[in-house]
Amino acid sequence: MGIWFPLLLSLKVAICATALNLLLGVAVAFGLSRWRSPLRDLVDSLLTLPLVLPPTVLGYYLLVLLGRRGVFGAWLERWGINPVFTWEGAVIASTLVAFPLIQKAARAAFENVDPQLESAARVLGLPERAVFFRVSLPLASKGITAGALLAFARALGEFGATLMIAGNLPGRTQTLSVAIYAAVQAGDDRGANILVVVASITCVVVLLIAGRLAPNRSRVPVS
Amino acid sequence: MPTPRPRRLFASLSFVLACWAGSATAGDVVVSAASSLTDAFKAVATAYEAKHPGTKVVLNFAASDVLLQQIANGAPADVFASADQKAMDKAQAQGVLLNGSRKNFATNQLVLIVPTTSQLTITGLKDLEKPSIKRIAYGDPASVPVGRYTQAALQADGSWQAVSAKAVLAANVRQSLDYVARDEVDAGFVFATDAAIAKDKVKVELRVNSPTPISYPIAVVAQSKHVADAQAFENFVLSPEGQQLLAKSGFLKP
Repeated sequence: MGIWFPLLLSLKVAICATALNLLLGVAVAFGLSRWRSPLRDLVDSLLTLPLVLPPTVLGYYLLVLLGRRGVFGAWLERWGINPVFTWEGAVIASTLVAFPLIQKAARAAFENVDPQLESAARVLGLPERAVFFRVSLPLASKGITAGALLAFARALGEFGATLMIAGNLPGRTQTLSVAIYAAVQAGDDRGANILVVVASITCVVVLLIAGRLAPNRSRVPVS
Repeated sequence: MPTPRPRRLFASLSFVLACWAGSATAGDVVVSAASSLTDAFKAVATAYEAKHPGTKVVLNFAASDVLLQQIANGAPADVFASADQKAMDKAQAQGVLLNGSRKNFATNQLVLIVPTTSQLTITGLKDLEKPSIKRIAYGDPASVPVGRYTQAALQADGSWQAVSAKAVLAANVRQSLDYVARDEVDAGFVFATDAAIAKDKVKVELRVNSPTPISYPIAVVAQSKHVADAQAFENFVLSPEGQQLLAKSGFLKP
């Protein structure tokens, strides 16, 4: 069994899921941190659900929603899109599962931005968009980076929901975690050993890179 | 009396739950059986328990090779029933079976199924090479017997290369059935007994000739702590009453 395909696919899926989550998670987090409404806690709980629900539950929801007989699936099918058993399906699963990690971190970061700095920018004549991009976002970037790294690691290891929606198609949707599962089930200890070593090395490398990327004072501890 | 602290309360609660949900206990016979036996063995277990009060049959269903891995690694199973001889041969080679306890207890038929709503007409395995058929589900031949039967049948027919390029590998036969029932694949290979439990969602398009006979062996696990009960369960499966229950689920005589 090749090790390169599952490894590269896992990286591709994790990168896509993290990129999507950076857009979605930061936008939602900023909105929630500025929104004053009694509904906010309810919305916040709903958005946190992927963190606490078993991945099989999420996978089942996705399958029922996006499958050919699903509510959205039937509609997507008309556009020729069918995410079940595709690598894009794995991206959807990983994005959903990792979403709360970025959203929570980004929201905490936005709430920690000193409102006086934002007010000062407004008084100096900056439009709201510029206040966000030149004051709020740079000040929150450290927290967002930390959240993104966590989300990336979570997406890289995603298994349950991915298996349910993307399936186990060697050479197409078989990610590293799924390949390990298949090897162990088949009693292929040699294949499983190689794959778990690859997975472990990959995680160490990701952590090392994360340590380099993070601003000096908040280096992600590697140990 | 001091009120219990939340943490202590939580600890005692988890302990009670752990005991309550506890796995196999003294009088239990753990039967590891192939996924295709799910419905039949549930009926067999109920009938066995009715005849042997005080004995509880704990059923564990998965793909045969998964069960074999569990047993080979020391899982406390007492009886092993697999969907093909190869998984049982591997178990025997690893020395985990009680000598002389291996018997064949049923046979089955390999079928090709499609969703009931499908417009496809399939008259032979060669038709699976048509471009209109994009995804075909079957068990992973590395760990699922029905996948091995499928591979052998397709290889004998000369269409393995083309079909395996469209494969959606399932972890067990019931997953293939579910993929077809949900209309997520165009066709799938399962046993006739599996197709029969989802008649409203799938239809049998083809009865597939298997080069190797589809026969189910059963054996007592060597390291079992309940050899007598395990042997009694195996005997019950082989008895006229057990055979009748298997026939009711569509299994054929060994």
